[in-house]
Amino acid sequence: MNTGDTAWVLASAALVLLMTPGLALFYGGMVRAKSVLNMMMMSFGALALISVLWVLYGYSEAFGNDVGGGLVANPFQFWSLHGLLGTKDGGVATHLVATVPAMAFVAFQAVFAIITVALISGAIADRARFGPWMVFCAIWATVVYFPVAHWVFAFDGAQSAHGGWIANSLKAIDFAGGTAVHINAGAAGLALALVLGKRVGFGRDPMRPHNLTLVMTGAGLLWFGWFGFNAGSALSANGQAAEVWVTTMAATGAAALGWLATERIRDGHATSLGAASGVVAGLVAITPSCSSVTPFGAIVVGLIAGVVCALAVGLKYRLGFDDSLDVVGVHLVGGLWGTLSVGLFASASTTAGVDGLFYGGGLDQLWRQAVGAFAVLIYSFVITLFIGWAIQKTIGFRISEEDEVTGIDSAVHAETAYDVSSIGGGAGRGTSLVGQAHPAPGAPARDTEGAGV
Amino acid sequence: MKLVTAIVKPFKLDDVKNALELIGIAGLTVSEVQGFGRQRGHTEVYRGAEYQVDFVPKVRIEVVVSEADATRVVDAVVEAASTGQIGDGKVWVTTIDEIVRVRTGERGDDAL
Repeated sequence: MNTGDTAWVLASAALVLLMTPGLALFYGGMVRAKSVLNMMMMSFGALALISVLWVLYGYSEAFGNDVGGGLVANPFQFWSLHGLLGTKDGGVATHLVATVPAMAFVAFQAVFAIITVALISGAIADRARFGPWMVFCAIWATVVYFPVAHWVFAFDGAQSAHGGWIANSLKAIDFAGGTAVHINAGAAGLALALVLGKRVGFGRDPMRPHNLTLVMTGAGLLWFGWFGFNAGSALSANGQAAEVWVTTMAATGAAALGWLATERIRDGHATSLGAASGVVAGLVAITPSCSSVTPFGAIVVGLIAGVVCALAVGLKYRLGFDDSLDVVGVHLVGGLWGTLSVGLFASASTTAGVDGLFYGGGLDQLWRQAVGAFAVLIYSFVITLFIGWAIQKTIGFRISEEDEVTGIDSAVHAETAYDVSSIGGGAGRGTSLVGQAHPAPGAPARDTEGAGV
Repeated sequence: MKLVTAIVKPFKLDDVKNALELIGIAGLTVSEVQGFGRQRGHTEVYRGAEYQVDFVPKVRIEVVVSEADATRVVDAVVEAASTGQIGDGKVWVTTIDEIVRVRTGERGDDAL
């Protein structure tokens, strides 16, 4: 066990955890004021739920021993993380992954699972019932994310004897999750947007972001946390982590510039939403390629990601699907580009040690990247379509049109996000306190007969 | 008594307020409003989606004055709020039947 590596992986896990509240802000600011709480609750709900599922069986389903073909691991092998506990000599872990305690790896991978599930919510803003969303999260993580994480992140002999097919048989390079996280969430978002249908008034009513300062704050937290996501994926406080840190920074800056330049030329103005979106697009694109491209290559990958994603987010209006916050345009398109970019711009001078097409490596790595990317895309899209359809047909996924128009926050959560009126003692809208909603036994019942209710 | 209502550009509020203080006006009410006149609105673009924003933010200033002061007040507001550009706003005068100071119960011109 290496204590330096362990410190870095644990710190990285905390950085990545912060990305999900960051995502809640990023998404929350982009919806209308009447649905910001629901938007943020979808991220917080995923955070709570996947934290529990990961401990119970998620880690084992992704990183237990393969049960055949590199498709899925045994979910019961490390049930409740059984078999991973244990220290000796003043806290030295008895179970290791590489040079860090297995539990540190459990923590680091847990937050990847959480944010991947939360990312999907951007596609179905304003219109998904909260309970069915939580049911969806549980089923999707179990049937899609945990197996796909096994495909991509489980290397033979690292966590268990046998890992997943993309990592070990196909040998596509996906350093931190361009396929497992971004293509996966993007394809799922597209499927759910199709199942739930368009928001009332989509393409007709204005659906402007209600608070761009929240969006910028959220993008900042994502930017910050992403250094744990990528550089932490080295699982070691070493030279690879440092190289990855720098490629991540370079690509992100270039992508923001690319998005802003696209806007300036096409629309006449460089916007704050464009800057925030460009940052995320760059982070997405460099996620799979951060260990295999040079710092200069990272700038090219990022710049192209910024331009391509800025153009891609307009597709939903032409194609007529309501991917509300552009999970497809940013995560699916950015993830695809980033994953393929490994096959184009990889350089053997980096720690990945592979040459891509433009560095004289031919097509060998490119086809591996393409197969990995499209396998995850198709699997996630098809299975998510089915899960979403099944939930819609059984318990119902979408809220009523009246609730949607009134606002999902008050309809589903019985809350409103903002209180900006000074009328009525600062509470606005003639609000008055009528007592506890559910008084303790023996307490006087609240007076709903009296005046002022 | 007259109610002078002015819709002006928000950045002209301070100028109007100072001009009214200079001619001895003792109080006014300000509210943020939005609407459109000849200036119409503007466009905003979010991730490439263009929105036409029809309503332009303006400030509404309301001053209650005696019959004799009304013209002077209107002139002061117009002079202070004018930029010569489209969208400078409007000022109008309406007649008020009664006015009461809540604290003292004074009525009419005494309540101004």
